[in-house]
Amino acid sequence: MPRTDILKRNVWLDSMNIVEKNISDADTLELYGVKVPSRLLLGTARYPSPAIMCEAVKASQAGIVTVSLRRETVRGTAGQSFLDLISDLGVRVLPNTAGCHTAKEAITTALMARELFETKWIKLEVIANTDTLQPDLFGLIEAARELSAQGFHVLPYTTEDLSAAERLLACGCRVLMPWGSPIGSGRGLINHYSLVTMRNYFPDIPLIIDAGVGVPSHACRAMEMGFDAVLLNTAVARAGDPVAMARAFAKAIEAGRMSFHAGQMEQQDMASPSTPVAGTPFFDLGKT
Amino acid sequence: MVNGTEVETRARNLAELVEDMRLGDVRVATALNGKFVPMSARCSTALSSGDRIEVLSARQGG
Repeated sequence: MPRTDILKRNVWLDSMNIVEKNISDADTLELYGVKVPSRLLLGTARYPSPAIMCEAVKASQAGIVTVSLRRETVRGTAGQSFLDLISDLGVRVLPNTAGCHTAKEAITTALMARELFETKWIKLEVIANTDTLQPDLFGLIEAARELSAQGFHVLPYTTEDLSAAERLLACGCRVLMPWGSPIGSGRGLINHYSLVTMRNYFPDIPLIIDAGVGVPSHACRAMEMGFDAVLLNTAVARAGDPVAMARAFAKAIEAGRMSFHAGQMEQQDMASPSTPVAGTPFFDLGKT
Repeated sequence: MVNGTEVETRARNLAELVEDMRLGDVRVATALNGKFVPMSARCSTALSSGDRIEVLSARQGG
């Protein structure tokens, strides 16, 4: 590469860095008053090994990881080992209420999580049925109301339903997490129109796509649509190479966010030539 | 019932039960009959026959 080209390339890279820096400074995700360093929230389950999970979290650059509570055995050490592992990663933990089918179960689990993980953040899940793992919106709202009243910072796993969303906000939720598609399905954003409507309806509420994201392009699309972040687990954990996939998601989410800020072109129904028409050679031949 | 399994215990309160499970030095959270019992209240939470107790610890989650 000629010397001048190298200089031009470096100037271009520097300008790109400046653009990135300005975006990151002015565009930091904030949840319940806490600035979060990444727009990717990553789950910690279903990895081939604890070591791979840790490497994937590092590669993803996620600032928040989701965790859960499960029954401990007599002389059990699994819980403490996992806690130690997560502590070493230096990330914020977001406990969930996965597996809860009633508001009462979810509230009790959240209270236990608050003591165990020493955080008032809770990813609130109240599941309607085991086939779809779709949220039970009635139980969700009931639990969100109680937990918000008890000082929790609730991040509810919900649907695109606008009336449910309004009630969750009225309960005290300051973040909403609509599903992209059923948990673990990997099908991406299956209700595109409803998600766009939700984004437009709540322009100032942090909206995180939670569940159903299967590949980085799904996450990139969510960010291009203006969603604030993406929460995923299985897409990374069950990938052939979870660490590489975590890195791919980090790049996709960054690209999607930059695309959202850059302002996307208006779509057309018909083709429109990108090369100028004026001055096209042989333009008049067909007319003679 | 402890974590869904029927057990016989001489523990008089929740703190003693956690000790009996050799989890006294481990970070766990407890519930009795569906209600959360904070660590500070385990000693004063008496157990009765037929109680349903949950002793949970941290795990991977999505």
